[in-house]
Amino acid sequence: MQASEHLIEIRDLSFRRGDRVIFDGADFDIPRGRITAIMGPSGTGKTTLLKIIGGQVKPDAGQVYVEGQDICSMNRDELFAFRRNLGMMFQSSALFTDLSVYENVAFPMRVHTNLSEELIRDLVMMKLNAVGLRGARDLAPSQLSGGMARRVALARAIALDPDLIMYDEPFTGQDPIAMGVLVGLIKELNSALNITSLLVSHDIHETVSIADQIFVIADGKVIGAGTPEELRAAPTPMVRQFMHGEPDGPVPFHYPADDIEFDVLGEAG
Amino acid sequence: MVGLVRLLGIRFLTWLNSLGRATVLWANAMWWLPRWEGVRLIVTQIYYVGFLSLVIIVLSAFSIGAVLALQFYTQLARFGAEDAVGVGLALVVLRELGPVVTALLFAGRAGSALTAEIGLMKTTEQLSSMEMMGVDPLKRIIAPRIWAGLISVPILTAIFNTVAIYGGVVVGVNWLGADPGGFWSGMQEGVEIYEDLVKGMIKSAVFALLVTWVAVFQGYDAPPTAEGMSLATTRTVVISSVLILATDFLMTLVFYGDF
Ligand SMILES: Nc1ncnc2c1ncn2[C@@H]1O[C@H](COP(=O)(O)OP(=O)(O)OP(=O)(O)O)[C@@H](O)[C@H]1O
Ligand SMILES: [Mg+2]
Repeated sequence: MQASEHLIEIRDLSFRRGDRVIFDGADFDIPRGRITAIMGPSGTGKTTLLKIIGGQVKPDAGQVYVEGQDICSMNRDELFAFRRNLGMMFQSSALFTDLSVYENVAFPMRVHTNLSEELIRDLVMMKLNAVGLRGARDLAPSQLSGGMARRVALARAIALDPDLIMYDEPFTGQDPIAMGVLVGLIKELNSALNITSLLVSHDIHETVSIADQIFVIADGKVIGAGTPEELRAAPTPMVRQFMHGEPDGPVPFHYPADDIEFDVLGEAG
Repeated sequence: MVGLVRLLGIRFLTWLNSLGRATVLWANAMWWLPRWEGVRLIVTQIYYVGFLSLVIIVLSAFSIGAVLALQFYTQLARFGAEDAVGVGLALVVLRELGPVVTALLFAGRAGSALTAEIGLMKTTEQLSSMEMMGVDPLKRIIAPRIWAGLISVPILTAIFNTVAIYGGVVVGVNWLGADPGGFWSGMQEGVEIYEDLVKGMIKSAVFALLVTWVAVFQGYDAPPTAEGMSLATTRTVVISSVLILATDFLMTLVFYGDF
């Protein structure tokens, strides 16, 4: 059945910020229990897409179904209940600055469960160990490096083993070893616990190695979708350019602007 | 002229819009009955907004009480009415200065801190990430702070009143030598529990509501920039102060205006 195959179905999504069109009739089907990657140039709206799925940003038009429920028609209470089954790792980490690393990871457990203090401790240690930061449990977020903060944010996002985890650029700022560990971790969470994972990343190599399905978005539309093999085998010019990182081609690198002659040389140019 | 009317119109609409959003924020946050966890959060916040304001409240109260006693004494002594220092001091403090000065100090000390704290949490997406965990920041962050303010300000006012009168005693009785018997009995006869004490506390509860409301809204609504944050903290202090003084006049009119 269609509904059980896809955890998330997005139809005809349109969204604009002021005059800037972010999505213009985009469709997404996110398969259940798989790793789906969202790729695309910086500023195309990948983070925005995750916030729309989480119900934080309301689209101007279109439907967003998660488990067959339309996110856009939920009221405040339903939305908060829905988000309990969701983990999101923010691009900016967004750790609670007045809590220690330990308390940050324990936070979702404390508010949503009645687990005993020992059990919480064991779980937090397991999650922190998985990202290699068990030893950093007593540090404050301000004492972490960017890459460490991201890994804590990741540990916090998976704290309750939610049904859906959204990772917003987890690999940014990670050294090669940490990168390998995180790739393994995301893969394992997905295969062992059958968690649906949504991954936003610019690291083509890592993404291709773990994603079951990739969406490439640009200019408010889905310009390519399929398994990594499919995208590699039959790339459109846009997808090819993006996957190979070529500056020239149909995908715009620049934020929409006037001609450079105009900006650099002034009107006389 | 048309331009001026239009400008005022736009100003008024923006203001109305802010007021609307502030009301929605407040209603959403306060639509919440604190359970055990909530009580713990409120107590923590009472420590931050209330207890940490204690030093400045006590110091100000003592010096204001002392100054008032000095002024009353030098004026009243000319008519040989030194005994009236006690009642004059008590009435001025309980009815006006206690609630008003406490609220003003609270706005400067705790209100601005609340605004900065909430604004920073918003700017760094902490509120956003909390929302995504299924925890409503209005209930978890905003509501306990509003409750803490509502509880702390009246208590701080009571402390202010006590210390101010003590300051008056130190200067009026111990130093200038007013007769303690006359001082206290004058106060006892002149001060009524409901008329003076209770009405003063009602004022302070209203001020508490205004200051916390302004402070959390300014923080929540601040643009995520350094300039936006600094403007927001300034606004908290300015708007709260004006509101405190204006509502104080209105309440004094309603409570004591006799025409
Ligand atoms: N709060 C906001 N107000 C106005 N515009 C915004 C806001 N947040 C994002 N935008 C705009 O929306 C567009 C999409 O932003 P988004 O953060 O989704 O990009 P992204 O694909 O995640 O980029 P990156 O890969 O750099 O993280 C950008 O052009 C940005 O300018
Ligand atoms: Mg992004």
